[in-house]
Order: sequence, then structure tokens, then C-alpha cells
Amino acid sequence: MATEVRTEKLEEQKLAEEIAGLDALEAHLGTHPSRARQIWSTAWPKLAAVAIALGVWQAVVWSGWKEDYVLPGPDQVLPALGDLLSTGKFWTAVGITMRRALAGYALALVIGSVIGLAVSRIRLLRSAVGSLITGLQTMPSIAWFPLAILLFGLTERAIMFVVVLGAAPSIANGLIAGVDHVPPLMVRAGRMVGAKGVRLYRHVILPAALPTYVAGLKQGWAFAWRSLMAGELLVIVANRPSIGDQLQFAREFSRADQMLALMIVILVIGIVVDTVFGRADVTIRRRWGLIDAAN
Amino acid sequence: MTITATPVPTQDTTTAISLRGVSKAFGHGSHAVVALEGINLDVARGEFVCLVGASGCGKSTSLNLIAGLDRPTIGEVTVRGRTALMFQEAALFPWLTVRDNVALPLRLAGMKRAERHRRAEELLARVHLGGQGGRRPHELSGGMRQRAALARALAQDAEILLMDEPFGALDAMTRDLLHDELEQVWVSTGLTIVFVTHNVREAARLSDRIVLLTSLPGRVADEFPVTIDRPRRIDSPEVMGLAAAVTDRLRAEVRRHGD
Repeated sequence: MATEVRTEKLEEQKLAEEIAGLDALEAHLGTHPSRARQIWSTAWPKLAAVAIALGVWQAVVWSGWKEDYVLPGPDQVLPALGDLLSTGKFWTAVGITMRRALAGYALALVIGSVIGLAVSRIRLLRSAVGSLITGLQTMPSIAWFPLAILLFGLTERAIMFVVVLGAAPSIANGLIAGVDHVPPLMVRAGRMVGAKGVRLYRHVILPAALPTYVAGLKQGWAFAWRSLMAGELLVIVANRPSIGDQLQFAREFSRADQMLALMIVILVIGIVVDTVFGRADVTIRRRWGLIDAAN
Repeated sequence: MTITATPVPTQDTTTAISLRGVSKAFGHGSHAVVALEGINLDVARGEFVCLVGASGCGKSTSLNLIAGLDRPTIGEVTVRGRTALMFQEAALFPWLTVRDNVALPLRLAGMKRAERHRRAEELLARVHLGGQGGRRPHELSGGMRQRAALARALAQDAEILLMDEPFGALDAMTRDLLHDELEQVWVSTGLTIVFVTHNVREAARLSDRIVLLTSLPGRVADEFPVTIDRPRRIDSPEVMGLAAAVTDRLRAEVRRHGD
């Protein structure tokens, strides 16, 4: 008996070693390039693209296609941008615009998520409003403004109304699509480990839907930002300077250089926020093993 | 629990699983497909049974019925004890670490954080994944993922383990090691195992009994008790001999469909 037990122990140890050996051979070992190299490799194509865009713009201006008070070149707009950045009013305007963007987006996030979850769970609701949500998503949000102004007047609430209507359908659709595309195997595995009802959603379906939901959030932001800019051009609230109304005033005072400088600001804010969503997306996909670790 | 050199599963007469006249049809009327017809099958507590058959024999349907994921059209399925199910893919959740995957059943059962952490590490060590708990499923090889899935199944504290071609997608060497691994787990836990495979040698290597199913509709065609001493090797003459006999019987079944 004693020898038998010893043989068994030896066999067990042998198995453990074999398994460890095979694991070491098969496990994926990613190599990470240095941080500085990574930053440079993602930054230089962007910098090059900006340089080319500025070059083309300057070339168009030099060609004499339009008078330079109508279409000023980067040589005039960039100094105008510098002047703008040094004024207090500009920063007040950016503050007000960003506060509207965040408040509207947050509201759209809550409304879109609640609607998305309800529609994905309740079949009747889906057949009733599922295609309506997609319809709202494709509707240009500027088309809502006449109604918004009629309902709320030239107020913050009119702007909020349209921002939420712009962003919420994308967020809801992202969640619905995410829930729809959860692999059935995941749901089966979740049921098998004891997740049912609400807990199946909490532990399996919602986490599995996350990548598509984040894509919806990103698209929702893009719509919110567009709706907000349209709103600020149309709905000018007294004593509430915003990026949109500054743009409108620049046009009215024929300050094309300021107008283009503000457009650059709008573009940059859009890109920065988009980058945040992009980061979140990449982080999720890397965790899930959907992209190569070296990327 | 002590490990003996030649494990003999508890030969008590209590049955863990009992299928009585079970039929299962999918669809209705003339489009109905009969997956299972008149299945009678008893599995004893602690027994290791392999279901073997060609495509369309309803192997997976049988497991779903036993797992309670589906109901029979006719007949009675009695299962004494909780069941855990393993699939051909590990089906680990990619948003959780390997440890949290194993700990999820414990969490859903209401176990405290520190305790389920410790228990998950224990289970991972049992399947030779000690110290790998912090990794993500995609960072593991296919064999490691299946072992993690086995640990997760063990975490469910089930008495019956149902396995649906769990090693079908693995290379031969990894599969052989996992056979050893599964046998050790089976011996030390006293689980009842129903293992579905199309690999006849795998069935002869692992099981106490091979149940051969016919295809379309699935019926029990034959049963082969496996009396080869453990531990076994998949390339031993006894295992290969039995596998050849089962294969011949299986081919005879398949030929009927060619006529």
C-alpha cells in the first residue's frame, strides 16, 4: 500500500510538471515597446496630417480664390486663436458650452440607458418603439429646434431638449445592439453558474454588451456635440456667452479669423472627447483579448 | 479525502441520473426532427459514463435534458443532485480575470469576498493553475482555459458534472494531460460524470461505461462496460482494443444511414 501511495504521488507530480511545461510553451507572451516609442508612433501620423491640412489651407489662400478677409489663412487665424485664448470671455464661453454638453450628455446617458434596457428586455416594447429609436437617430437634430423654441423659448432648456434628443437614441441603440449580440454560449454559461433574472443581466449580459454600449456612447457624444453647436447658433441666451454664439457674433462682425479660430476650438474639443472614448474602447478590447497586446 | 492507487467508484446502487422512455423532438408536424427516441439510461452515483455516437445522435440534447436546460417531449428525467455543465469552448467570461470567473458561482451563491477568493485559488491549484488567477482568459492557452472552466464547474459544488465534448478542440498532447487531470479530479471528488464525445478512444480511456447512441433518431444502440484497470493510457493495447470494438459497432450503425 505504501509503495502504491508513493507511485501515485510520483505520478501526480509528473503530471503537474508536464502540465506546467506545456502551459509555459503555450501561454502567450506579449512584448511591450517602450512608452516613448509608443507615443511617438501614434503621434507622428497625426502631426503630419495636421501639417498637410494647414499647408493645403494656406495654398488655397495664396491661390487668391477668395479675398483674405473672407478666407484668411493659418498665418492670420493662428494668431487670432492665440488672442482668443488670452481673453476671459472666451473661457467663460467654453465653460458654459462644456457645462451644457456634460449636463445634456449625462441626461441623455440616463434616459438612453433606461430606454435601451427596457426595450432590450421587453419584447412588446421593442416591436412598438424599436424602429422609432433608429428613426430618431437618423433625424437631423436641427429639425427639432423650431419645436424646441416654440416649447421652451430661447432658453437653456430648448438647447438641452435637443441635445438629449440627439444623443439618447444612439446610446439606447448601442445598449440594445450590445444585448442582442451577447453570444448565446455566454448566456448558457451564465445560467449554468447560477445567474438568473436580474443577476444574469448584472453579471453576464450587461458586461458582455459593454463594448457595443461604449460604441453607442461614443456615437451619442458626437450627436450631442453637433446638436449643441447647432443649438448655440440658433438659441442665443442673453448674458450667457457660449462657443456657438461667439461663432455667430464673429460672423456678424465679419471677423473671419475669429470665426475660423473658434471652429478650430470646436474641432479640438470634439477630438479630445472622442479620444477619451477611444481609449475606453481600446482598454476594454485589450482586456478581452480582442486586439493584440502589442498594439 | 484519500487517494487510492486503483480508484474504484462507489458501487452503491443509488442512481444519480435516470432517463425513462425519454424522447425529444424539435419543431412541429411534418418538419419535426426527432433527436432522441425512447432513451432509457441510468447513471450510478460516482459513475463515469461516456455517451458516444455519430453526428445527430442527440448527445448534446441528452446533456441539456439532464442539466435541466430543456424538457423532454415524452418520458421522465430524474436527476438527484446539482449539475454543472462544461462545453466544447471554455465559455469563460472575458471581462473577468480567471480567478473571478472561478469565483462567480461562489459569488452568486452568496459567499463572502475573502472566502470565495481563497476557495477560487484552491480550485485553480487543483487544476494546476495556481498563481494564474490574475490573468485574463485570452492570455491562457486552450488547455488552460478548459482547466479554468473545470475549476469553475467544480466551484458550483455540483454532484454531477456534464461535459459536452470538452476536449474536442484541443491538440492530442494537451488532451492526454487533461484526461489525467480529469481522472484525478474525479477520483478525489467522487463526482458523477456524464461525458459526451465522438472520440471513441477518449471514451475508453476515461469511462466506466460507454453508451453508444444511434443517429436520427438517437436511441441507445449498445453499452460497453469498461473494466480496464486505472490509471489507463490512451495508447495502451486494452484501451485501443476496446476502442476498436466500439468503433466497429459505431460504423455498422453509420452504414445503416448510407443505405
